[in-house]
Amino acid sequence: MIESITSLLQGFTVALTPFNLMLMAIGIILGVLIGVLPGLGGANGVAILLPLTFTMPPTSAIILLSCIYWGALFGGAITSILFNIPGEPWSVATTFDGYPLAQQGKAGQALTSAFTSSFIGAFVAVVMITFLAPFVAKLALKFGPKENFSVYLLTFCAFVGMSKGAPWKTIVAMMLGFALASVGLDNVTGSLRLTFGQEALLKGFNFLIAVIGLFGIGEILLTIEEGLVFKGAKAKLNMQVVLETWKELPKYWKTSLRSSAVGCFMGIVPGGATPASFMAYGVAKRMSPDGNDFGKGKVEGVVAPETAAHAAGTSALLPMLTLGVPGSPTAAVLLGGLLIWGLQPGPLLFVEQKDFVWGLIASMYLGNIVGLIIVLTCVPLFAAILRIPFAIIAPVILVICAIGAYTVNNSMFDVYMMLVFGVLGYLFKKLDYPLAPLVLALVLGDRTEEAFRQALLGTGGDLSVFFSNGLVGTITTLALTLLFWPLVSKLLAMVRSKWK
Amino acid sequence: MDTGQHESQAADERPAASQRTVECAVAVLLLLVGAVVMWDSWRIGAGWGEDGPKSGYFPFYIGLFIVAGSAINLWNGLRLKGEDNGAFVLKSQFALVWSVLWPTAVFIVLIRGIGPVPGVGIYVASMIFIAWFMRRLGQYSWLKILPIGVGVSLYFFIMFEVWFKVPLPKGPLEALFGFD
Repeated sequence: MIESITSLLQGFTVALTPFNLMLMAIGIILGVLIGVLPGLGGANGVAILLPLTFTMPPTSAIILLSCIYWGALFGGAITSILFNIPGEPWSVATTFDGYPLAQQGKAGQALTSAFTSSFIGAFVAVVMITFLAPFVAKLALKFGPKENFSVYLLTFCAFVGMSKGAPWKTIVAMMLGFALASVGLDNVTGSLRLTFGQEALLKGFNFLIAVIGLFGIGEILLTIEEGLVFKGAKAKLNMQVVLETWKELPKYWKTSLRSSAVGCFMGIVPGGATPASFMAYGVAKRMSPDGNDFGKGKVEGVVAPETAAHAAGTSALLPMLTLGVPGSPTAAVLLGGLLIWGLQPGPLLFVEQKDFVWGLIASMYLGNIVGLIIVLTCVPLFAAILRIPFAIIAPVILVICAIGAYTVNNSMFDVYMMLVFGVLGYLFKKLDYPLAPLVLALVLGDRTEEAFRQALLGTGGDLSVFFSNGLVGTITTLALTLLFWPLVSKLLAMVRSKWK
Repeated sequence: MDTGQHESQAADERPAASQRTVECAVAVLLLLVGAVVMWDSWRIGAGWGEDGPKSGYFPFYIGLFIVAGSAINLWNGLRLKGEDNGAFVLKSQFALVWSVLWPTAVFIVLIRGIGPVPGVGIYVASMIFIAWFMRRLGQYSWLKILPIGVGVSLYFFIMFEVWFKVPLPKGPLEALFGFD
């Protein structure tokens, strides 16, 4: 407890330099822009900017990139409320009540509640990270290869268990990620895998390219399909509306608290922000005395999903920092950044890179305060950007994606691959193949396989090693339960309907 | 926002492809990918070596999962009918997607060039790309296109080559000014 607080104070001295504060402001503004623009989201926005941070000190770099992430989380709400277009998947639930509010001329109220709720959700999650992360890291220091593999297994099984779509599509998307990750030189034996004599494939597929293609190009193709006739509500935010809304918000403290709890829990589990926002919305609707008015423009219906999504998005960094397992695609890109800056993600960070970890955590507190101020004051500006015609903004975004893909490895082959991933992303999105597990498998593939091989070293292929002690056995069992959850819930539903 | 599309395209509400067709095509494609992964893993050894799993062990099972999963997805796709088998994409929508996709491909090819197509560098390619996009999809006048196309490319040039010192592919035009 006290250790956490002293470390945090230490972190504030790292984060609170004028340079880092400036980076925070830049990051938030860029992030909101990214969240607002079609085709640029948290994950690929961070992926495109990552190469520009190679020369920065790691702490400043992560502050910049994580603030872009917070900004993107804030930005998603703007498009949802004003244009009924969710900028990010986790802001879909925000459109349910946010857009009706905007139509009734209460856009300012909806935006203020969304931003404030986001802030509260993130704040609760950061407090949780502050006190829980050192504990989890300490536990994880004892992990060997088999425990590590079981944690990876849990991560991936959670995708199958938690996703609402077809489980086999989740599995195929994920396995495709693993297959792509295995392309190139095998680090253990030195043999070449899946390269077919092509020199360009020797280095394997870079996940940043996949992220830029899948989320960037794919998103643009999806957006253009809709024809893009934006009919936006007017965005005006003055201090009076903000203060009036703030007076009203404490009424919903129960909803906030519940949604934060849902968000924190779901954020640690991978792929959590989107289901968390829907779940929080559903819970709030059920618990609220006037739940039937949800969907017609209730402030509470904005508070619940925004709090949960931001809490989940923030707490997704907990497993990334402590276990080296990212909880969301954006966290996965940040993790890729750690590797590039020469840091090994995982529990050792808390021992060897104290300044980095606590600087980052402190920056989460500061970044969200800076973010709240910026979004509350700059909404009209951001909304104006959405009014730039698509015929101008789309080619510029595509050029940015191409530059981003090129700078990762200075290779044209990557840019060609980006377009291939873009088409794949378009098809996958339309066919409900989830993209997040693909990206996470591509990021974690090598390390998952390495843990798997090391755990099995000398056992002759005996898989019971993953049940050989209490800890690893519990995690593996939990993972398998989640994996078969779609099947179990189907059976349960069948039994239940028979009873009726 | 006005994309300036022609009325003829907007009116075409016929499906370009049914949900079932695309669903099955993607499943077959992934099934083939899975099979290739399995085959290549088998080639380099998918069993056990002296000191643990061989190189192909892990990917072999990955491939197996892709094949099995895709087979099930294919089966589910084949059974789509009635309401579930709607349009994957309408002709009008596909025309829009295509009108973005092929110029993007040309843009990427122009950066460094392939075969007989000469590379013009990323900045000139961006300029042409933005101009084409604004002209064809937005029907802007050249008076608006020129400053935006040149301005954006110039801005990127200054940002990457001068500020961040990140060299991007350049062509003959930049060489003329002494950058290469």
